[in-house]
Amino acid sequence: MKRVYVNEKWCLGCHLCEYYCAFANSGKSSMVKALKDHKIAPRIRIEERNNISFAVNCRHCTDPLCVKGCISGALTIVDGAVQIDSDKCVGCYTCILSCPYGALSTSNEGAIQKCELCAKNEFGQPMCVQGCPNKAIVYEER
Amino acid sequence: MNYVIIGNGTAAVGTIEGIRAVDRDGAITVISDEIYPVYGRPLISYLLLGKTTEDKMLHYRPADFYEKNGVKTMFGRTVTKIDPTAKTVLLEHGETVPYDKLCICTGSRPFVPPMEGLETVQNKTSFMTLDDAKRLNNMLGDQNDKRVLIIGAGLIGLKCAEGIYQRVGELTVIDLAPRILPNVLTEAPAAIIQKHIESKGVRFILGDSVTRFDSNTATLQSGGTIDFDVLVIAVGVRPNTELAADAGCDVNRGILIDDHSATTVPDIYAAGDCTVSHDIAANTDRILAILPNAYMQGETAGRNMAGSKMSFDKAIPMNASGFMGLHMITAGSYDGDTYLEQDEDHYKLLVTRNNHLVGFIMIGDVDRAGIYTSLIRERTPLDTIDFDLIREKPQLMAFSRAERAKKLGGAH
Repeated sequence: MKRVYVNEKWCLGCHLCEYYCAFANSGKSSMVKALKDHKIAPRIRIEERNNISFAVNCRHCTDPLCVKGCISGALTIVDGAVQIDSDKCVGCYTCILSCPYGALSTSNEGAIQKCELCAKNEFGQPMCVQGCPNKAIVYEER
Repeated sequence: MNYVIIGNGTAAVGTIEGIRAVDRDGAITVISDEIYPVYGRPLISYLLLGKTTEDKMLHYRPADFYEKNGVKTMFGRTVTKIDPTAKTVLLEHGETVPYDKLCICTGSRPFVPPMEGLETVQNKTSFMTLDDAKRLNNMLGDQNDKRVLIIGAGLIGLKCAEGIYQRVGELTVIDLAPRILPNVLTEAPAAIIQKHIESKGVRFILGDSVTRFDSNTATLQSGGTIDFDVLVIAVGVRPNTELAADAGCDVNRGILIDDHSATTVPDIYAAGDCTVSHDIAANTDRILAILPNAYMQGETAGRNMAGSKMSFDKAIPMNASGFMGLHMITAGSYDGDTYLEQDEDHYKLLVTRNNHLVGFIMIGDVDRAGIYTSLIRERTPLDTIDFDLIREKPQLMAFSRAERAKKLGGAH
């Protein structure tokens, strides 16, 4: 299965992946409408310190602890990707307790949010990867 | 191969999914005394709170889950005996069901200590099952005027309190322990959560107990009395081990299983709240009645029942819970060297022992807590990561570049 992989040494720390993610999942028609004057809550996050930076999003594990431990059945595997049904999620955060990558986060709506590889939005392909100017994240089989 | 599963909670689902990952064809029968398809038991407080519905709860797995997995369901049926020699289970009314491999997922039941006059209380319930939640819902009615007394300030009692606090006239929680959540938290963080819950109008009576009930009045050890309309008993749970013990399985407080979820009787496995787990954080055997553990033990049982090999040797106590908007995540053991960070809204305690993270408590900001959980589960030596960074916050930056390449870059 294709996943988003990180090439750490090529990451510029520009945060464009975060902006593209927030835009892709905003439902808005343009980046300006989606991002201007908004505090963004992207599903991919840059960690940075000194001259090291890299992006972290869901690994779409083949053996996902978040799915196994989900108390509501809101997290499921669909065609190999881990998806969240926000309507079923009660916001207990057992997945945040379980994920070894820290890849799920809280959202203002109460449910948790996570990378779904843009499978459920209009783009259909990970927009973070499209937006990365230096191929520090790639969408491929490995 | 003919698989039989007794019980229909999360451990049973893990068992079914474990079997089907290996064997697409063998017959699976699930026997449960509840009439419902599987639901996440911890959801019952969210049901009362209005954060989920009965319909959503009953879709913990999709509607076609049993059919798609070729599972024959026998709901509303009670198993009375397991015959390990004939390899059958006996149901009430004498029916027998044969098995080649059996998994006992019988869970636990509420513990109700003997209390004088309890039989005189009309409106009382435990808080474990969907039927308990429905009963409590009916007893509360829709006037938001009932005075509710909850016995037990553990997770079950407090989640119950969260579920109903907006729908009651008065809500009192009493516990014999001197602090709330005695099995999950140490004193200081328990006090933070207690203060928060109190700010929502809930009254706590700690270090005290009820000595006698007279219909709607509870008399306390300390001498006072509490009048109430509805009583919730949430003192604790006890594993359902009788069937296993009767079948010859070794049982102490729970059913004893090995890393393969096998009991001491051939072809009988067990998983979930009815079992004893090995807690690797405290290096001790204990009952870990938590949902993720039930799934992992069930999946392990299922795969091994179907002839594959799987070990589960990473059990630790862990809980993610919120109370009226304040979130808490805890894991592991609190015995060791401690690192504390605390301010107005947040509390974070890390506990290390012999070069390993063995436990943590986070209240308020619980962002990325799973990175800590993983350090405990994987027994990562702390001298292989940057401990200063991991103390600061859960972050992958604390790992070596090579380790990150494995985690994020698909390197092996």
